[in-house]
Amino acid sequence: MRHDLTLRIGPATFRIGSAWAGPIDQLARLYAAYPQVEGAIADFTVRLQPTSLARRWVRPSIFITGDHGLADAAPMSLSHGLLAAEMGMNLQMALGWRRHLLLHASSVEKDGRVLVMTGESGSGKSTLAALLGERGWRFMGDEFALLDLDSGAILPFPRLVSLKNRAIDVVEDAVGDVRMGPMLRATAKGDIRHMVPRADAVARMDEGGKPALLLFPRFGPDTDIRAVGQGEIFMRLTQASTNYVALGEPGFAALTRFVQSVPARAIDFPSGEAAFEMVDRLWGEVA
Amino acid sequence: MSAALLVDTLRDPASVGGLDATGWNHLIAAARAERLIGTLAHRLAGIAVPSPVTPILADAVRDADREARQALWEADRCVDALRGTGVPTILLKGTAYVAAGLRAGQGRFIGDLDILVPRDAMPVAEKAMMAAGWEWVKPDPYDDAYYRQWMHELPPLIHRERDRMIDVHHTVLPLTARQTPDAAAMIADAVQITDGLYILSPEDRIIHSAAHMLADGDLQGGLRNLWDIYCLLPDVDPAALEARATRHGLLLHVRQAQRLAAAIYGDGARLTLWDRLVRARLLARNGWGQEVRKLLVFGFYVRSHWLRMPPMMLARHLWTKWRKGHRPQ
Repeated sequence: MRHDLTLRIGPATFRIGSAWAGPIDQLARLYAAYPQVEGAIADFTVRLQPTSLARRWVRPSIFITGDHGLADAAPMSLSHGLLAAEMGMNLQMALGWRRHLLLHASSVEKDGRVLVMTGESGSGKSTLAALLGERGWRFMGDEFALLDLDSGAILPFPRLVSLKNRAIDVVEDAVGDVRMGPMLRATAKGDIRHMVPRADAVARMDEGGKPALLLFPRFGPDTDIRAVGQGEIFMRLTQASTNYVALGEPGFAALTRFVQSVPARAIDFPSGEAAFEMVDRLWGEVA
Repeated sequence: MSAALLVDTLRDPASVGGLDATGWNHLIAAARAERLIGTLAHRLAGIAVPSPVTPILADAVRDADREARQALWEADRCVDALRGTGVPTILLKGTAYVAAGLRAGQGRFIGDLDILVPRDAMPVAEKAMMAAGWEWVKPDPYDDAYYRQWMHELPPLIHRERDRMIDVHHTVLPLTARQTPDAAAMIADAVQITDGLYILSPEDRIIHSAAHMLADGDLQGGLRNLWDIYCLLPDVDPAALEARATRHGLLLHVRQAQRLAAAIYGDGARLTLWDRLVRARLLARNGWGQEVRKLLVFGFYVRSHWLRMPPMMLARHLWTKWRKGHRPQ
């Protein structure tokens, strides 16, 4: 491929190749503070290639693929190249990572103990993790929490935080423009802007922690805290994991231990302030 | 060209001692793209590799083990579904190699379950499969009719609970192919390996693999097919293989497969011009795992249709598919 870059995020190393310079330049800028691993042996190869020969130049259109890919992946505009690269890396993790149980969840850490938040896209888990990361917690990841099969620890995967629509303004106000990526307008998921995690999140990206609280956040008009039964938690986490089936028995054992040992609550919150108050309270009372 | 690096490594695993990081990246990307990473991992067992490579190979071995376990379970479910019908479960390709513990099965990627059923037992087998929870994948009436009239297998079935596909064959090449292998003889000489499972005779395994690779299809996954053949060849007497291939009308294909296997994975062979073209197609993969030599690859894609259909039928088929919005990749 004409342009390339090698990145390490937590335990995974990615070799990203692109037919165009733009996405690689943007990655290089936003990941500048991450470990320099140029020329390393990578766990995964990501490719951003033209959807057809002509689409390299004429209305450039990106097909995201790599070691693992989806034949029917939707093509993306070159102006959304940074998002394409991020999606390419996520795709490799989701389909190919086997060394931990992958939970589709955000996570933050304090005093060696980890708060894990899981939910559908739009639940507010990314935004909450990003904001908590600016308020005395260490940000560990907004997309994947890695559950260690042997120790039961949660390991970080602190890639750029992907913020959508209304969350962009909220986080921008909190962190300032320097740590924000380009505004990507009108993607398939609306407007998206990436945020660079704080320096401590990057510096400590090999350091895990013991899971202490699991939350199912939901951003909406209500304010509520509910208990969730272990059976439901287990089912929801298997659905939130892309490699639970592939890991077989070790995955089952690790997830069972997680569900049995980590207290959990569902929270509905109408604003960031309400969510912080609930998190503080539950962290003190339940975790 | 990194497919060349991949086959060199499979032929001589110790040669990885000379690889730098770039070489490893190219080797791993090519192996994944050709779905030979599990095979590569097995070939590299016991050989010193750089520390970042160790977990990559361990993951590949674990994935292959899981696939083998799933494949054997599907085979078991198939035996169960066919119980009482009198139809034996004759395994083909990957599942057969794994079930019989053959070298070709070590680390092999296994997609669907492929079985061979006598043609006159197809309706019984189809009914039994449906009763046991398999369903049609392709709801398209043209595709369905096409499979039933011209292909060597039922339209693919998928199990509604386990989400696994099964291909029920009644012979090893499409009915439109120029060659007409003797499927009844293959079934008559199948070898029983466990209580309910059968596989083809050693000669027929190779002939099926060679037919699949060289008389059908566009050589996608050809390096994997050829590795199977290379691993299967030591199990047969060359004269018996020639006699059997002649009977199936596939002698030229089997001989070509032998030459290519020797040239690519073995001690070398004299290649014809046509062999060299096939080899160039097989090795069309770069260090990013991308297909290269687009024109050659497209040529083999066109050839695959030519092999399957007489010209008028091909024209009609392509027109129908085009109108349905299908375009070659």
